[in-house]
Amino acid sequence: MPDRIHLAVALDGAGWHPAAWRETTARPTELTSPAYWRALARTADGAGLLLATIEDALSLGGRSFEPDAETRRDRARGRLDAVLLASFLAPVTRRLGLVPTATTAHPEPFHLATGLQTLDHASRGRAGVRLVAGSTPQERANFGRRADGPTGLPASGRVEDDPALLSAFREAGEVAEVIRRLADSWEDDAIVRDLESGKFLDRERVHNVDFEGEFFSVTGASIVPRSPQGRPLVTALAHQSVPYRFAAEHADLVFVTPADAGAVGGILDELASGEREEPLRVFADLLVLVEETRTEAAAVWNRLQDRAPLTTDARVVVGTADDVVEEIRALTAQGIDGVRLRPARLPADLEAIADRVVPRAAAAGILLPDDGAPTLRERVGLPRLASRYARQEVGA
Amino acid sequence: MTRRQIHLAAHFPGVNNTTVWTDPSAGSQIDFSSFEYFARTAERGFFDYLFLAEGLRLREHRGQLHDLDVAGRPNTLSILSALAAVTEHIGLVGTLNTTFNEPYELARQLGTLDLLSNGRAGWNAVTSSDAFHGANFRRGGYLDHADRYVRASEFAALSKALWSSWRDDAIVADAETGAFLRDDAIARVRHESRLFDVDAVFDVPRSPQGRPVIVQAGDSPDGRDFATDHADVIFSLHTEFSDAQQFYRDVKGRLAARGRDEDSLKILPAATFVLGDTAEDARERSREIALQQVRPQTAITYLEQIWNRDLSGYDPEGPLPDVEPDTGVETAQGFAGRHAAIRDRVGQLREQAAAENLTIRELVIRLTAKHTFVGTPEHVASEIDRYVQERATDGFTVVGHVTPHGLDEFTDRVVPLLQERGSYRRSYDEGATLHDLLGLPPVDASAAGAASAPVPAATR
Ligand SMILES: Cc1cc2nc3c(=O)[nH]c(=O)nc-3n(C[C@H](O)[C@H](O)[C@H](O)COP(=O)(O)O)c2cc1C
Repeated sequence: MPDRIHLAVALDGAGWHPAAWRETTARPTELTSPAYWRALARTADGAGLLLATIEDALSLGGRSFEPDAETRRDRARGRLDAVLLASFLAPVTRRLGLVPTATTAHPEPFHLATGLQTLDHASRGRAGVRLVAGSTPQERANFGRRADGPTGLPASGRVEDDPALLSAFREAGEVAEVIRRLADSWEDDAIVRDLESGKFLDRERVHNVDFEGEFFSVTGASIVPRSPQGRPLVTALAHQSVPYRFAAEHADLVFVTPADAGAVGGILDELASGEREEPLRVFADLLVLVEETRTEAAAVWNRLQDRAPLTTDARVVVGTADDVVEEIRALTAQGIDGVRLRPARLPADLEAIADRVVPRAAAAGILLPDDGAPTLRERVGLPRLASRYARQEVGA
Repeated sequence: MTRRQIHLAAHFPGVNNTTVWTDPSAGSQIDFSSFEYFARTAERGFFDYLFLAEGLRLREHRGQLHDLDVAGRPNTLSILSALAAVTEHIGLVGTLNTTFNEPYELARQLGTLDLLSNGRAGWNAVTSSDAFHGANFRRGGYLDHADRYVRASEFAALSKALWSSWRDDAIVADAETGAFLRDDAIARVRHESRLFDVDAVFDVPRSPQGRPVIVQAGDSPDGRDFATDHADVIFSLHTEFSDAQQFYRDVKGRLAARGRDEDSLKILPAATFVLGDTAEDARERSREIALQQVRPQTAITYLEQIWNRDLSGYDPEGPLPDVEPDTGVETAQGFAGRHAAIRDRVGQLREQAAAENLTIRELVIRLTAKHTFVGTPEHVASEIDRYVQERATDGFTVVGHVTPHGLDEFTDRVVPLLQERGSYRRSYDEGATLHDLLGLPPVDASAAGAASAPVPAATR
């Protein structure tokens, strides 16, 4: 029996290609409308995809370090806050995991954590987050709170060669830690509603998190009672050593970008360092453009590239649904847990994924069927953990 | 017919002793189904908006979590976003602090909610900041009391500038020429002061209502100034008729100096209600509910917050404690700061109890479980209408005492009577924004962006 994997999708504006908004299938004036996102999420949900990530950034130009990112007028611009968008999508989807992007440099960790717990309640256990470390100068100017921070990748291209980036990853680690602690701060059965004693709450089962870090501290318990997953799924995208280490230490699931199937082994080795309570789930990213024939796909691709060349970290597949399934099959054999597809165009390539890629991958026997597990965590094969504070007491 | 129209907000029951969790029909305060049910009921009753309070730390009493009332609630913005998906007409208003948020981020989140709801978002801007709440945030309890409203006011002005920094027609999306945005689509927003140093380009397009509705809750002169400068609605505590009229006149009287007219600021005080088939019925139910709201332990805890000492030895059904209050460090945390003001009232309380011969529990009921409107649906409807017609309020923020069914009876029995009087809507207008529902003037797009320069477009 062949290995089987999950399929996920990465949603962003008019799609991942910067010229995608100019295609006739695009809906460029609706990129921040509720109807547009409702339709995308329902397509992904109906296709049986495991989860959808939603991109975000805290400046007009996105997370680009290009100096003209905020002034150029040829790119699709305008965004919705991803955590709130995911919350909006919760009641209109049934099985789809909802994984908004959140940057760790600016938001209050307390607000972010309670937002994710609330997403978990509203979606009945389908919440996750993709944490992004660091900030751009544009984001810092928008906030006006901190002057310090990364200004781009260092000449070497390596995170470890820039103290500001390293510091950003340490801060991201603290945010992840606080998210987990707040998620654990109410034990599952803390609400007792005991008429006899008049107590709504058993205060022995609610715990202050008392976190003191290098970048911030958070004292109290969450204001949100424990959610269906206990801990919302923490994910990250990683391309090199420092982010790999961050993922291995703080994430439940990591998105990686192997240049081809052969590169998967080396990435898995790098990720394997460090001790973990549970396995780290690894998903490979593929940017896809799907048409009925390879010729058509190539024609669309050339048109897009002529208008605005795409620079990307992920492997690109331009072709038919079968071509995409072939790529997924090759990755599957390398021991990954899933593939995240980044549609070049939305909604066109998402529809192609739903209508053609998923059914063919299922027919090829490489897709894990929905096992009916109630939460996203359990669907990816991770146990629902008890509150750390509860376990401490049992041990004491 | 020129009857003044009544505006109603629906307050989702919160975490204080108004909410009776011991009621057999009480449901979850956190499951989404409770919020969905409540929102649908409010929409069935044609309310202007659904309202959520905020508390950013679990309340503590004498150094321990307060465990007698409902505790735990969702993140305000996330739950309102989810509600935007299951409602069509009703406004969605959340209480969000100006001290423990940053303008760019909060304006972006509220802008998102406004787009997701097609123009139904609102923001109750509160200022409460103290070290107890601050301990949950990056900045800690860093803000002096005196600076709270300074920050709140600059925060609101900056948010308005961000919301109006996109032209309505910013997005052209011309596939032929490749121009997505107009050249002068977005204005850069600068704000430099002692408290802020922001140089921002906003990334959320303008919403159908221009910007979210702004609500204010806070009673000091500074709070009233903030309201007349920035707010569209005041959530007040003035519900006694002549006091309400006086507050109404005071606040509305300040508007002209700000170039605003009377209708541009609505006053919607909090109101609780108890209905009965007869006046006697209603009074009896009111008494029963009050006893549930103030159980013996609740009464002692309440006095302990004022006395600031252990009173567990006292009989809740007996006379007031004869010990003096401890004026040392305050031990009750997160109860919206009413204690300092009340502490020196011990003498007054003793007088009141003695004059009316009240036990501890009865006194606390007088103080906290006084229901605004008690009577038959006809009586309550005519009272609400009288307040509005005689300019004591523009309507009410209705607070039920059970989650999530607290609005059912009001919607079924009082709303139809208000409609019969011609003072309340019988349907929502298709596509109405929250500004429209509240009868507020349209947002002036040019006002806030005027101080900021358009972001120059790079030629490509
Ligand atoms: C009716 C009313 C409701 C309030 N609701 C909240 C709330 O939900 N959360 C909060 O943090 N503060 C709340 N506050 C506190 C106010 O925002 C403000 O901080 C406080 O009243 C002190 O300001 P003042 O001196 O102007 O009254 C409320 C105040 C009033 C009067």
